[in-house]
Parts: sequence; C-alpha cells; structure tokens
Amino acid sequence: MGAAHLCAANVASAVTLGSPDIPSIFSPASTPADSIYHLSLFVLETCFVIFAVVFSLLVYSVVKFRRRPGDDGREPAQIYGSNQVELAWTVIPIVIVVVLFLASARVIHAVEDYRFPPNTTEVTAVGHQFWWEFQYPQQGFITANELHVPVSDAKSPTPTHIVLLSADTDHSFWVPMLAGKTDLIPNRTNSMWIDPHETGVYVGQCAQYCGTQHAKMLLRVFVQSREDFNRWLAEQQRPAQNDGNVASGRRVFESTACVNCHTVSGTAAHGKFGPDLTHLMSRETIAAGAALNNRENLRQWIKDPEVFKPGSLMPAMQLGEQDLNALTDYLMSLR
Amino acid sequence: MSNAESVLKPTLVTMPPREATKPLFDRAHEWITTVDHKRLGILYIVYALVFLVIGGIEATIMRIQLAVPHAHFVSPQVFNQMFTMHGTTMIFFVAMPVLFGFANYFVPLMIGARDMAFPRLNAFSFWMSALGGIILYFSFLGGSGLYGAGSAPDVGWFAYAPLTSPAFSLGHSTDYWIIGLLVSGVGSIGTTLNIATTVLCMRCPGMTLGRMPLFAWLNLVMSGLVLVVVSPLTAAQIMLLVDRYLGGHFFDTQAGGSAVLWMHFFWIFGHPEVYVLIIPAFAFISEIVPVFSRKPIFGYSIMVAATVTIGFISLGVWAHHMFTVGMTSYGNAFFVGSTMAISVPTGIKIFNWLGTLWGGKIVFKTPMLFCIGFLFQFLIAGLTGIMLAAAPFDWQLGNSYFVVAHFHYVIVGGILFALFAAFYYWFPKMSGKMYDETLGKWHFWLFLIGFHLTFDFMHIPGVLGMPRRIYTYEPGRGWEIWNLIVSIGMLFQIIGVLIFVWNLVWSYFKGKAAGNDPWDAWTLEWSTASPPPEYNFATIPVVRSRRPLWDLKHPEDPDWKYE
Repeated sequence: MGAAHLCAANVASAVTLGSPDIPSIFSPASTPADSIYHLSLFVLETCFVIFAVVFSLLVYSVVKFRRRPGDDGREPAQIYGSNQVELAWTVIPIVIVVVLFLASARVIHAVEDYRFPPNTTEVTAVGHQFWWEFQYPQQGFITANELHVPVSDAKSPTPTHIVLLSADTDHSFWVPMLAGKTDLIPNRTNSMWIDPHETGVYVGQCAQYCGTQHAKMLLRVFVQSREDFNRWLAEQQRPAQNDGNVASGRRVFESTACVNCHTVSGTAAHGKFGPDLTHLMSRETIAAGAALNNRENLRQWIKDPEVFKPGSLMPAMQLGEQDLNALTDYLMSLR
Repeated sequence: MSNAESVLKPTLVTMPPREATKPLFDRAHEWITTVDHKRLGILYIVYALVFLVIGGIEATIMRIQLAVPHAHFVSPQVFNQMFTMHGTTMIFFVAMPVLFGFANYFVPLMIGARDMAFPRLNAFSFWMSALGGIILYFSFLGGSGLYGAGSAPDVGWFAYAPLTSPAFSLGHSTDYWIIGLLVSGVGSIGTTLNIATTVLCMRCPGMTLGRMPLFAWLNLVMSGLVLVVVSPLTAAQIMLLVDRYLGGHFFDTQAGGSAVLWMHFFWIFGHPEVYVLIIPAFAFISEIVPVFSRKPIFGYSIMVAATVTIGFISLGVWAHHMFTVGMTSYGNAFFVGSTMAISVPTGIKIFNWLGTLWGGKIVFKTPMLFCIGFLFQFLIAGLTGIMLAAAPFDWQLGNSYFVVAHFHYVIVGGILFALFAAFYYWFPKMSGKMYDETLGKWHFWLFLIGFHLTFDFMHIPGVLGMPRRIYTYEPGRGWEIWNLIVSIGMLFQIIGVLIFVWNLVWSYFKGKAAGNDPWDAWTLEWSTASPPPEYNFATIPVVRSRRPLWDLKHPEDPDWKYE
C-alpha cells in the first residue's frame, strides 16, 4: 500500500498545482472535512491498487496476445471459462467491498451522529435565490452571505451547528475545506456542523442548481478567534447607525421599494425577501460574493444589479443621480 | 442436410438491388410506413445521430463559455437551457434510441427470427420516441406559450422540485420537457416490451436461452429494467402536470409538497437508467471482443448471471444520488452498501472480458480499438464510482465537476466508445459496404485524445470545489487552467466525430462491398446477405450451440461438443 499511499497523496497535492492557497477537499481545516479526507485517501489507495492490477492485466493481454505478423492463421485454443478463476475474482472484490463499506459507515456515523458539546454556536442558514441568510438565534440577529464562526480547539472543541432551511428552491451548503455539502430543501430541516481549527476566510458556494444565478451564490466563512468572534457578535447586536449626515439617503431608502425586501433595524424597513442591511458595511462583499463591497460597486448594484448578476431578483431601482448618491451614502453609513 | 449446413444456406440467396430505381417520394413513403425491424433500427440510429450532433453543439456552447472565467459568450439563462437540453437530449434522444436501434436491428437477426414479435408496435414506438424529441425541441419556439418569444426548459435534466413548480418555472418550457419525456417514455416501453417478447418467443429452433448470444441476453435484461423503471418516471411526470395544471401539491413546496419525493421518483428511474444504457454497451463489447480475440466469450453463464444481478441490484441504489439531502446515517449506510455491492458483478464482467482476450490472437481493427478504449475507461469510471459510493467522499464530490467527469466517463468513455465499436463492427452488415480502416483509426485516436483531455482533467476542478451547472466562475480558485484544457479537448472530439460521420457517408456510397461475413464471425447475422433481405433468412436456421457459424466453419471441432 506504500506506493498507493504516495500516489494518493501526490494526486491530492498535484491538483492544487502545489499552491497551498487554493481551497481543496484535500486541505481540510475542520473535523468533518478531515474525516472525509482520511477516508478519501484510503478509498483512493484501494482504487489505485485495483487500477494498477487490472490495467496491467489489460496491457499485458493486449500486447502479449496480439496477432503477430507471420501468424499461421490457425485459431487459438478455444477456452470457454473456468469456475475456479471466476470464484477468485468474485470473492476478492467482495472482501474489498466489505472493507470499504465499513470504512465509509464509520465516517458516516462519526459525522452524522456527532454529540454536540454544551458550548456549541447555533446558526440557522436559510437559502434564498440567490443569497444566504444567516440567523444567530442565541444572539438574536440576522446577517447575510458571510458566516462568522469561532475557531475550535481540538482539546475543548467549540463547534458550530448549522441548521439548514430553504425559503424557495433547493440549495446546498458547500465549503470544501470545512465539511462536505448538505442540501437546503424547502419544508425540510437539515443540519451540519463545522469546527474549524485555523482562523481565516474559507470560500465555498451553492452546490445545488437553484435557478438562473446559481453560479453567483457564493459563500464566505470567517473563522475568528474567540475574542474577535465575540466582538463581531456584539457589533452585530447593536441597532443600526443613525447618522444625521445621511438623513436624505435614509429618506430615499424608507420611501422607496427598498423596505419591502430589506431590513434595517430601527427604521421602517422590515422586509425579509432580501438580505438584512443593518450592518451592511461590516461585510466584505455584496450580491452574495459577486462583487466587493465598496462605494462604486454598491452604487452600481442599486442602479442596475444585472451588471453583476443577470437574473438576480433585485430590480434596478430607477433612481435619479441625486437620490442614488444619497442612498449610497446612507448604505455606506450602516457599519 | 446437417443442422450446420442449414445455417449457411441463406447466404447463397443473392438479392436484387433494392429500391435503386424508385422515385424519391416512394422511397420516403416506404421508410415512413415501414414495419421492418431493420429499417426501424436504422431510423432509430439516424434519428439518434441527428440529436447527437445537436447535443454536441449544446455541449460546445457550454465549453466555450467555461473556457475562461467571467466569459460572456452566453447569458446565464441560455447556459442553463444548454445544460438542461444537453442532458435531456443525450440520455433520452441519443443514448436510448441508438441502443434501441441496434437492438431492433440485431436481436431478430441474432436469434434467427424474421422480424420482431410486434412489427406494428415497433413502428408505433419509434414514432412516439421521435415525437417526444420534436416536442422537446419545439419548446425553443413555443416554450413561453403562443404569445412569447419562446424558450427552452432551464430546470436541469433531473428537474428538481420546486424549480419546476409554476412559481419558479413560468411559461410552458417545463411543460414541453414533461410532455416530451412522457411521450418518448411510451415509445421506450413499447419497444422494450417488443424486444423482451422477441427474445423470449421468436428464437429459432435449437436456440435455448442458454445458447442465445449475450447480445440477446443483455438486451432482455435491459428491456426488463426499462419496463420497471420508466413507469415511476412517467407517474412522476403526470403528478408534476397535475401540480402545474390541476392544483395538485405533490411537489409544490409552497403548498406543503415534498421536494424530496420528486428526487426519489426521479432517481428510482434515473439510476437504473444508467444500466439501461450501459448493459446494451456491454452487449456490444461481449460480441465484438470474442470475434477479434478469436475466442468464445469467457464464462458465458457467469456473464449472464452477473448482468441479471446488476439489473436487480440497480433497482436498490437510487438514493446514492441523494447522499447530501440529509438522510439518516442508517439510510446513507444502506445505500453505500448496495451501491458498492454492484461493483462486484460489474468487476466480474470486466474480468471475463480480460479472460476472453487472454490467450487469444487479437486483431486490432477499429471496432476492437474502441473496445479496448471501453475497457480502459470503464475501469476508471467504475473506480471513480466506488469513490462516489463512499457517502462521506460523495458529500465532498457530489454535484461537483468530479461527478460530471465520472458520469461522462461512463457515458462517453464507456457507452459511446462501445457504440462506435458497434457502428464499425456492424456497418458492413447494415450497408453492405466496408468502412475505411484508416479513417476509422484516425477517428479512434483523435477521439481518444480529446476524450482524455476533456474528461480526465474535468475531475480536478471538482476536487477544488467547482460545482456543476454554474455558467461562470471567479478566477483565483485554481479552476482556470483545468477548464481551458477541458474545453480544448472538445475540439479533438469534434474533429473525431466529423471523421466518423464522413467515413460512414463516404463508405455508404463508395465503399468496397463487404460480403456476408467480413470478420469471420460466429453469430447468425453474419450468415445472411449484407444488407440482409427483408425476410432475413430464406430458411429459418437451426442451431446447436452459442456459435452456430463456428460449428459450420469447424465441423471437426464444433462448440456443441463442449457446451
């Protein structure tokens, strides 16, 4: 198995072209992804051995038993079969299958039947066309597209339990370095968990076709130290900034259709159809990761979302230049 | 007169040149009203080839769009229509009809019958399948109803609920998808009923079940599977129509329906469907490999048993398409077990083909090259299948480009390679002309290179987190180079297929006469003229073994002494 192990490990590193920056299922950073990684190496090794044996037999027969020039034209010996040989190549695969089944069942049990410690962070993820809603029920606030979770220590794990729901069509939550994917299905409650070992940003995206803009339903998971995470929680629990300098922009926001879909706490906006904007500027991206969150992109997004995401459900707001600038200023103040 | 001689008799019948002088209209009329299994077989095959080109164009559009990140070759709406139509077309209007076509043409010839059991049902089934394809493609014109500009379905080939519900699928594009498949499903059931009946009731004297060519056995198993699994799909399509038009709520999640119910309905059809397609491919390989190895198939009865076992187990593995929908750990473990179990009989088949090669004198004509390609690629496809069967591994790889690579390895590397082998092997029988061997080899090597460029490298972006069905992607995640290679491979495949089509057309008009038995083969279709007369055999043959023509050619050492 030594050569097979080397091969599997080589496959695992070769696909990233040696770059550690490229997220891959072969660079796990959380227990579920790690268990899967170890299972996958075992399965890859086993498959490599099977491949090497059968491929060698194929090449050997094709080379050795080809009709050679100057053949006498007589038919080869007619062999109809052999029960002993058949038995051998039935029993050996059965043994391999049983071993692979047990190895898989072990990881299925470890991941699906995990017992959560008391200090588990609870998050509810709701899939929407084409963005992610993240609710923190323990803290009582809602954010979007960028999930923040605490880093977990192997000795005293602080995992995050993610309940998965859907508001419309099927979606799937997939951040390859943290865990396998689990679907978000309407009328169904699914769940998964992660316990990232390293702080940092982990990218992923929706992995179940959910409509026109399935491609740009991106996911970012921010794994933070306990202190940073607590600070972030505290910031998110504050009501929205109410900056007098951008009052005209706030008037535009509250007097247009924005409020039908978006929420900003402390204002008349209680819409649930689009992302909660209370702390919009605490996020690095807008449009579910389709664009960086800066003034220029925000303004463009309000003016015409089709530029970033054709098929997005947000309509172009048809505002005049002055209103557009005022509204952008207001949104920029929502820290 | 011995039994063996009676087999060869029909070869002495010389046929008058068919239809050479009839006006075009009469000839077209004859083709449209025909109930001859050979003509219907050719209609199926030509029809499938037309759709193969259409499905290939759709794939090309997708690969151009994905060659580089942030491409603007097509809009997301068009891209989504392309993958929906590509998948639906390739499964329902290329793979199924072309395999039915070969079964139609060769099952009666191989079992010494003069036609299928129900010739009129045969014609009806073909025209229903054809109508289904036309309805699906009419959606490009009528998809939005009479007043709209038209649009094709964009719900994906497995059309997961609730994307198909009226709330998410406006207009009529989904209706065209439903009705198109419903109608062609009637054709599939009709034609497989026909194949099964033919195999069971129309065999010539002496041909017991144990002496049938594997081709007939495997098509019998395929027919049984179709009869079992197309019905749930048809039922689900009707339920979906009830949802869309009669206020039903089977799959309408906004009114309490179940999205998961659709998945179960679809995959209890969808997974056995893979075996519906691959078992006839096994049938081609099981006929061609022995002839070019100059040996009988190794372990005939084990091959039959393995195929029947595959058929049975394939009915109990469907939820491995659903490892990510949140089944319990016991549910997941069950489907890991059943899915992995199917690799045992599948492995047995591969080993028996290797056993057939072993000790032979292998002749590398084009059909055999494609068979060797099949064996190599099907081995890899099986192994990536085992990876996906390990549910936790599938939680990572499911719905990623790894899966896309895996099932294209099965369908292109396996089924399509076997089909090309079948085309070259039986073209002389069907047309009476020999194809051009040099062009055939060019086709093989170009297609092989293109296939591996495209589908080997397609596994990698899946491992790097690229989901399927995305119309574009961000740079910087390591996906760019692999996608570019994948798209370049497409070019080689296109050139290969153009050479293939040219080879068939050119050989049909200008090829050398093939003779009755160009491969020195052993099954009954080679005992009659090329192309066979309408009645196939002047006298119904009598057989005493699995290789009647071997017995005839080697009276000193006939098979029936050993079987």
